[in-house]
Amino acid sequence: MSKLRLAWRKSLNGVMLTLTGVAAFAVVAVLFVILGYLIWNGGTSLNLAFFTQLPRGEGETGGGMANAIVGSLKLLFLAAVIGLPVGLLAGVYLAEFGGKTFAFITRYTTDLLNGAPSIVIGLFAFSVAVLPVKHFSVMAGGVALGVMVIPITVRSTEEFLRAIPNSLREGAMALGANKWKTIATVIIPAASGGIITGMLLSLARVAGETAPLIFTAFGNQYSNTGWSQPIASLPVMIYTYALGPYDDWHRQAWAAGLVLLALVLIANIGCRLILNRKGSARSI
Amino acid sequence: MKKTTFLVSLLMFLTTLVGAQSGTVLINATGATFPAPIYQKWFEAYHAAHSNLQVNYQPLGSGAGIAQLTAGTVDFGASDMPMTDDMIAKLKVKPLHFPTVIGAVVPTYNIPGVSGELKFTQKALVGIYMGTITKWNDPEIANANTGVKLPADDIIVVHRSEGSGTSFIFTDFLSKVSPEWKSKVGAAASPNWPAGLGGKGNDGVMGLVKQTPDSIGYVELIYALSQKIPYGSVQNAAGKFLKADLAGVTAAAAGAAKIMPDDFRVSITNAPGAGSYPISSFTWLLIPSQFQDAAKREAIKGFLNWMLADGQNYNEGLSYAKLPAAVIAKEKKQIAMIQ
Amino acid sequence: MSTATSAIDLAAPPGSGPRVFIRRLRNGDEVAHLITLVFAAAILLITSVMVYELWVRSSLTRSKFGLGFFFSSVWDPVAEQFGAAPFIYGTLVTSLLALAIAVPLGLAAAIFLAELAPRKLSDVIAFLIDLLAAVPSVIYGLLGIFIIVPVMRTVIGPFLKGTLGHVPVVGPLFQGPNYGVGFLTASIVLAIMIVPFIISVSREVLLTVPREQREAALSLGATRWEATWKVVVPWARPGVMGSVFLALARALGETMAVTMVIGNSPKIAASLFAPGYSIAAVIANEFAEASGDAHRSALMELGLVLFLITFILNGCARLLIVATERGGGRPS
Repeated sequence: MSKLRLAWRKSLNGVMLTLTGVAAFAVVAVLFVILGYLIWNGGTSLNLAFFTQLPRGEGETGGGMANAIVGSLKLLFLAAVIGLPVGLLAGVYLAEFGGKTFAFITRYTTDLLNGAPSIVIGLFAFSVAVLPVKHFSVMAGGVALGVMVIPITVRSTEEFLRAIPNSLREGAMALGANKWKTIATVIIPAASGGIITGMLLSLARVAGETAPLIFTAFGNQYSNTGWSQPIASLPVMIYTYALGPYDDWHRQAWAAGLVLLALVLIANIGCRLILNRKGSARSI
Repeated sequence: MKKTTFLVSLLMFLTTLVGAQSGTVLINATGATFPAPIYQKWFEAYHAAHSNLQVNYQPLGSGAGIAQLTAGTVDFGASDMPMTDDMIAKLKVKPLHFPTVIGAVVPTYNIPGVSGELKFTQKALVGIYMGTITKWNDPEIANANTGVKLPADDIIVVHRSEGSGTSFIFTDFLSKVSPEWKSKVGAAASPNWPAGLGGKGNDGVMGLVKQTPDSIGYVELIYALSQKIPYGSVQNAAGKFLKADLAGVTAAAAGAAKIMPDDFRVSITNAPGAGSYPISSFTWLLIPSQFQDAAKREAIKGFLNWMLADGQNYNEGLSYAKLPAAVIAKEKKQIAMIQ
Repeated sequence: MSTATSAIDLAAPPGSGPRVFIRRLRNGDEVAHLITLVFAAAILLITSVMVYELWVRSSLTRSKFGLGFFFSSVWDPVAEQFGAAPFIYGTLVTSLLALAIAVPLGLAAAIFLAELAPRKLSDVIAFLIDLLAAVPSVIYGLLGIFIIVPVMRTVIGPFLKGTLGHVPVVGPLFQGPNYGVGFLTASIVLAIMIVPFIISVSREVLLTVPREQREAALSLGATRWEATWKVVVPWARPGVMGSVFLALARALGETMAVTMVIGNSPKIAASLFAPGYSIAAVIANEFAEASGDAHRSALMELGLVLFLITFILNGCARLLIVATERGGGRPS
């Protein structure tokens, strides 16, 4: 092999490997740029008024996003109530009871649902939860988000249940417990850490969804009790305010973005740390 | 422990489901962004005086106002474009048009180096939005603005991305002054724009113009005023260049006030008269003529009466013109038609 | 219900009949099985209803325009003429361009994390990149409007226009007014959003390549890079392709970030600086005001198309990823 060719190969090696390192750090840098900008622009705009006041009208300065924060929490609560039980029990079915064909179809359909664009799920929730009752509502928004929570929860529940070694199941049965008792009192508690973190991650994922809420939860300048009226939410407020011309709106959009990102990241960091400690390598 | 917390939360959830509203009447509405600043001020002021009534007005555009009223998902709508007979035919409950304010659509622009007022001939506006006039220093614009140094930059055209009454007003004007525009594009809330970017709502267009050098957009007067962005004067039917103001808008509406039809659907763009601002328009609340819910009906009737009296005092503060007295009197009679 | 005599009861085969069913239900296992089965079936129900609703509510435009819907570029709600071509074009252009930016970047980063970086550093960086994947879309849109659009208008646009705008074949892609918003901006924002998916899946897939492959290549005198690029990556090729498909599916369905920076103009244009539209963006912008049945039906049909495309892509992606994890491909 000629010396020239060897030198070329060696320099190519050096260059390409360096480039890969540059790429990795560039991507990580983006994360820090995002965080930096949000903290810089949003942090200065966060004040007590943001958390306690209702939004003012077009062009007025001041006001806050109190109703949007409460609205997002209400929507998350509904999404949890609707989506988590379905996800959990379906995951239990797939891990513990599933036969061959039906389980395969269910898994495939769950993947299908997972890949559905959020705007399409919004269309579905509109058809099913808004048109029949003829008004926008928290409930409709909750349905949309709940449907999005299901696939993630199913997958993580099934995974963590499968990870429990069979010896536990056999041990419980040897002691005389039947199948459902085993699952309820031994297997699920053993996998509970992973299952709960999976649920929290799915909620963190839907907390930031905007598109399905536009024509289900609609928007509201006020705070309301009850579940059958429209409601404001943080992501939709960010969207509306970012597109407007008012500097005050932009300020509030940054602040809301910071709050939303902080919630999502804290949930993600916390859950992933717990998962990593439990030794799961799969990314959710 | 886990069981009790679950049961308690379930109980709380169920009680809120029953909805303890305690006498608050919440009315949901959507529609035009053209009058959104004054509508939201009105609803805020009215709520301060009547704390049990909340009007949730979401400005999504006149198209959305008409669409959601038709679908029945909101209690009333708002539009700068009067509903056509076809649109009205789709509703089971006939909607009533209530003019609220008179406003102006202005051409607002962001040209580096140009801080003053530009004069726009009718041909200039048609050409810019048709895509035939592409540079700021085009003769059609330059000849009307001899003292101003216009750059040789491409014009970035901004229009509305969604169905908009403001678009309707603007294209209605363009159709009246240009047969070519009328045949190729026409007057509509969602016209087939030959060129340009779409912004969402009056505020979206304002936002795009504010951030994009060399851009031009059409917005309601208060949006340009509040952003302190320059807006131009427009050539009216009498050939004079007028900058939008209360006098020009009131003059444009004066003729229509005398011959206002019973259903209040009129167009006052390109109104005759030397003092008439050519791109003026009424804007309407679309109120169903029947309400199942008595509380909502009385609340809306109360609001409408207030709007026609005390409410009008807020108009000029936000640069909308007051309704002519004759129109107000006629509207008061229409309120009685709401069952 | 017939009252069976004891003889008939005895004659009936065991394990059947309503009485037996009820008796079996008292057994907790069967109850649990049934309940969990019902919830699993609920998922099937929800998905079927979704497809059904999309199909039924788009029937008006499906029958009116047929296949022509996909090729017509006229979108005129007033005249009730609807053509999906501008949106399909916009969706494809932005997604493919986003892939073109994200795949080299993502694959390079994944190679670094899987092959070169010490395990601990690799885990930390992979963790941070997973966090990027969790950032909500509307926040990317926020950053797009206030950071990327001005940069595009002042720096990147003029630079590309000045350099590539004059090159023969690719010139028309970089000509025309520089709006700041448009296809290129949307593609850049999308690329940032999908890069974490490519990195995390590719990294996992690269880590499953057997050590013997690397060692064999190195023992034959290959440089580190050659071993990686010519042996390891081809082995993991199905999985990497799977990650690309996943990222593509994600990009196609992305709504908020795109609609905030694409310019919202339903036109097919050659220039990447021009404003455009995507399927998800037009649904988000126009659905609230679609009062005509035809308009709403057209938007539902667009939603159905998007759903089907992402469905197919996700299916292929899963198959490819599973194929690599099971046995790996052979370098061809």
